[in-house]
Amino acid sequence: MSKNWPLWEIFVRSKNGLEHRHFGSLHAADAEMALENARDVYTRRNEGVSIWVVESKNITASNPAENGEMFEPAQDKVYRHPTFYDLPDEVKHM
Amino acid sequence: MSEKEVKNLEEIFEARIARDEKIEPKDWMPEKYRKTHIRQISQHAHSEIIGMLPEGNWITRAPSLRRKAALLAKVQDEAGHGLYLYSACETLGVSRDELYDQLHSGKAKYSSIFNYPTITWADIGAIGWLVDGAAIINQVPLCNTSFGPYARAMVRVCKEESFHQRQGYEIMLTLCRGTQEQKAMAQDALNRWWWPSLMMLGPTDAESVHTEQSMKWKLKRKSNDDLRQQFIDQTVPQADILGLTIPDPDLKWNEETGHYDFGEIDWEEFWQVVKGHGPCNKERMSARVNAWNNGEWVRDAAMAYAEKKEANKLKEAI
Ligand SMILES: [Fe+2]
Ligand SMILES: [Fe+2]
Repeated sequence: MSKNWPLWEIFVRSKNGLEHRHFGSLHAADAEMALENARDVYTRRNEGVSIWVVESKNITASNPAENGEMFEPAQDKVYRHPTFYDLPDEVKHM
Repeated sequence: MSEKEVKNLEEIFEARIARDEKIEPKDWMPEKYRKTHIRQISQHAHSEIIGMLPEGNWITRAPSLRRKAALLAKVQDEAGHGLYLYSACETLGVSRDELYDQLHSGKAKYSSIFNYPTITWADIGAIGWLVDGAAIINQVPLCNTSFGPYARAMVRVCKEESFHQRQGYEIMLTLCRGTQEQKAMAQDALNRWWWPSLMMLGPTDAESVHTEQSMKWKLKRKSNDDLRQQFIDQTVPQADILGLTIPDPDLKWNEETGHYDFGEIDWEEFWQVVKGHGPCNKERMSARVNAWNNGEWVRDAAMAYAEKKEANKLKEAI
């Protein structure tokens, strides 16, 4: 049995001024082929002006089971938000 | 994990879905949720892939360049749909290879509608109009399903489907406004595709398994019979515009219910086709398996070339 083509994650910028967004994944032998396939699979109707491909195995993801330790520390830091500060009404627009 | 802990996690999980939260691939999920989704998403993907075959049959013989370009683009979209769905399915921890194996060995099913032949050009019109029409009715509710990657794939699929149905209806319209022979060809295609299209929406509610669980997980939002009624109600007026007759003597508008009544579906035929005894089951499977096997040397060569290039890059770096 032969070796399977690796999996690639596809990110597309839909127009300049916007960020690349994850669109899905596909299989390809190498990065160049991944770009060509991504063009055909994900941008058949002008959905993009730029494509990034990243081999899936190179992505390190956080674990949702650890979301507590990961994201809760930000929850009690209300002083990071503008509404935490009391200013007199005379100060408009700040 | 103890049984009690799993039960607890399951309750939290079901509550999240009930609140309309999405489930993402790395989230904890019950094994049954994973398995059911692998089965449904992969069957859906297989249907898109096998679905290219009946229409591909007419690409070289389309009657004009306009029709040929449109059909080619439509069939290419179906390949795209298959690929979006396979990639959504793989996020559940199954490999593409396993999925192909299941299709090629006959273990996995695909929509039985694709086991009917496309014998005239009008069949291409009927498929776009009826088969894609029924597919849209099945797929639109899935844009809100609970599993994130499936829902996102369906949003993309649904955006592309409306062109498929319109190009099919336009083919029918052109034939119906043409010569008598052309109109007869359109009628003949409708006669052959009508009942299989109704079957596409699945067994009757009384016969259908898993519905309740699927409703909870938002894999289904309406019952098969409700979807079928919706399809009939929307399609009959379209046939009237074409001046074609739906091949069902019992079909008639019911003032009281506000829906069309329709005749008995031949479920025996449906189950025969599902079990592999349709007119084209063997032909479809062998076309697919041969395409895969005959392409093996190309895939191997591409992989060998990629590895060689990578090795050269490393050598140059030293
Ligand atoms: Fe499709
Ligand atoms: Fe389609």
